[in-house]
Amino acid sequence: MSTLPENKNPVRDNAMTVVATALLAAFLWWAEGHLDGYKIRIINLIAINAILGLSLNLIYGMAGMFSLGHAGFMAIGAYVSALLILTPEQKTAMWILDPIAPWLTGIHAPFLVSLLAAGLLAALFGWLVALPVLRLGGDYLGIATLGFSEIIRILITNLTPITNGPLGLKGIPSHTSLWMSYGCLIAALACVARLMRSNFGNVIRAVRDDEIAAKTMGINTYSTRVLAFTMGCFGGGVGGALMGNLITTIDPKMFMITQTYSLLMIIVVGGLGSITGSVVGSILVTTMLEWLRFVENPVTIGSLEIPGIPGMRMVIFSVLLIAVIIFRREGIMGMSEFSWDRLFSYRNRVTRGGGAS
Amino acid sequence: MLEIKDLNVWYGGIHAVKDASMSIKRGEIVTLIGANGAGKSSTIRSIAGLVKGAKGAVTYTARDGERVSLLGRPPEVMVKLGISLSPEGRRILPQLTVEENLVLGAYSRSDGDGISRDMEYGYALFPRLKERRNQKGGTLSGGEQQMLAVARALMSHPDLLMLDEPSLGLAPILVSEVFEVIREINREGRTILLVEQNAFAALKIAHKAYVLEVGNITLEGTGADLLENPKVKEAYLGG
Repeated sequence: MSTLPENKNPVRDNAMTVVATALLAAFLWWAEGHLDGYKIRIINLIAINAILGLSLNLIYGMAGMFSLGHAGFMAIGAYVSALLILTPEQKTAMWILDPIAPWLTGIHAPFLVSLLAAGLLAALFGWLVALPVLRLGGDYLGIATLGFSEIIRILITNLTPITNGPLGLKGIPSHTSLWMSYGCLIAALACVARLMRSNFGNVIRAVRDDEIAAKTMGINTYSTRVLAFTMGCFGGGVGGALMGNLITTIDPKMFMITQTYSLLMIIVVGGLGSITGSVVGSILVTTMLEWLRFVENPVTIGSLEIPGIPGMRMVIFSVLLIAVIIFRREGIMGMSEFSWDRLFSYRNRVTRGGGAS
Repeated sequence: MLEIKDLNVWYGGIHAVKDASMSIKRGEIVTLIGANGAGKSSTIRSIAGLVKGAKGAVTYTARDGERVSLLGRPPEVMVKLGISLSPEGRRILPQLTVEENLVLGAYSRSDGDGISRDMEYGYALFPRLKERRNQKGGTLSGGEQQMLAVARALMSHPDLLMLDEPSLGLAPILVSEVFEVIREINREGRTILLVEQNAFAALKIAHKAYVLEVGNITLEGTGADLLENPKVKEAYLGG
């Protein structure tokens, strides 16, 4: 017995997925050879933000838990991964405020292992937070997770022997190529899509949409929430690790509440509860924030010179965000997902409509 | 199968159920009737484990003869014990298809064959659900949603099926259809506890009935007796 939606044309869909993946690979290969470092970084950032958006969407959009703690879990992931891949020499040279904790110097792991460790440790912390906090609902949950995120940041600032305190970590060996970040994104998409299509996905939706109905069906709503939250934190940890590795420098200030807000922005614009929406939101928000930088440059119209106003792009961005909320409250994708079936039926409708006119 | 002794339920400061006692025998249809706010829903919600702070003794005799005290246990334990509630207002999941709703109803089970059998049973009871099996729950009509809610409650293969206001918001013709199915489910050996405002329809099919008034059980008897009772006639059957 399957709960998957009926797939009308599996052969075509699989072929299309292979083609699309190949096209993405071709694009990445081309980008690697032809685009400058700045653009490559933005393309990387799109993938990482999509992973982070997806993990927050699992918690907020799909399981309906308003969490404001994602920056905290990202921080855990970023620090765990960085501490595992920095060489012992780098570590001894970097800690100047306090000497590094001796046990930490020798610990070393390959990058992929460090990603896994980042996810697992973030998930462990997520689980520990979830146990008491998920007894709360709604706004209280948001406040409690926000508080937790700040606690993590302050701990990182003050645990100098482990984290190098406010100085942060520098010179992290970079492994985050386009292939790495898009590989991780595809893996994340596959995992979440599979999860949400399974019966457990329906259980999560049931807990979100109607707690009483879920309870009468014998679902333990509390442990379902804890599990979904923990999984989301795993994604947050991996995403944070990738982000830190891409930038090669991390410090506690990177993981302030504004980081959580930008993720929230991505999933609200893309569509709460939509996997596709997380990717669409990430593409839009990440590129918009970069592209809008031009409004901060000085402009010359004829003889009139307008000096650039720093921060102007955030003003414009807020206006765009408000427009999305007014005209498309459910986000660009709403709760729906991309599927080849939808795409083809849409194309058929368009071409048929075009033929008639 | 179910003994309720001196059940008290409070919601905040409101004493919703006061010292209610009732008993349900295996194989019966028992109905609980009363006006809005009489405490009917509170009673079955506390049997289902959805209400915190219910006091009294609720003793359930399971299939294997084991006697279990129910109060204070979480709802998933009740479902495992063989008690299933179709909640007031149907509460089907609008985003999921009919079939997905039914699969979720079997959440507490892992016997694939039994689940398929019960799903076919549900479809046999409500053929219209089978026609609409891939349709989203939210697109069903009110009557179909009620059918889905009953079929979903049956998916946990309960011994005791509790139905909270199955006639709510249904056209009269659908009410009799739903009640006919309730009777049929009972004929196949399942015990039913039915909470209803539609006293006439409920009393007609009930073996035993209790009347709740502002939290107190004021009358009890067989369904047929209560249908003839002048007080019931005046208060609930429109003279």
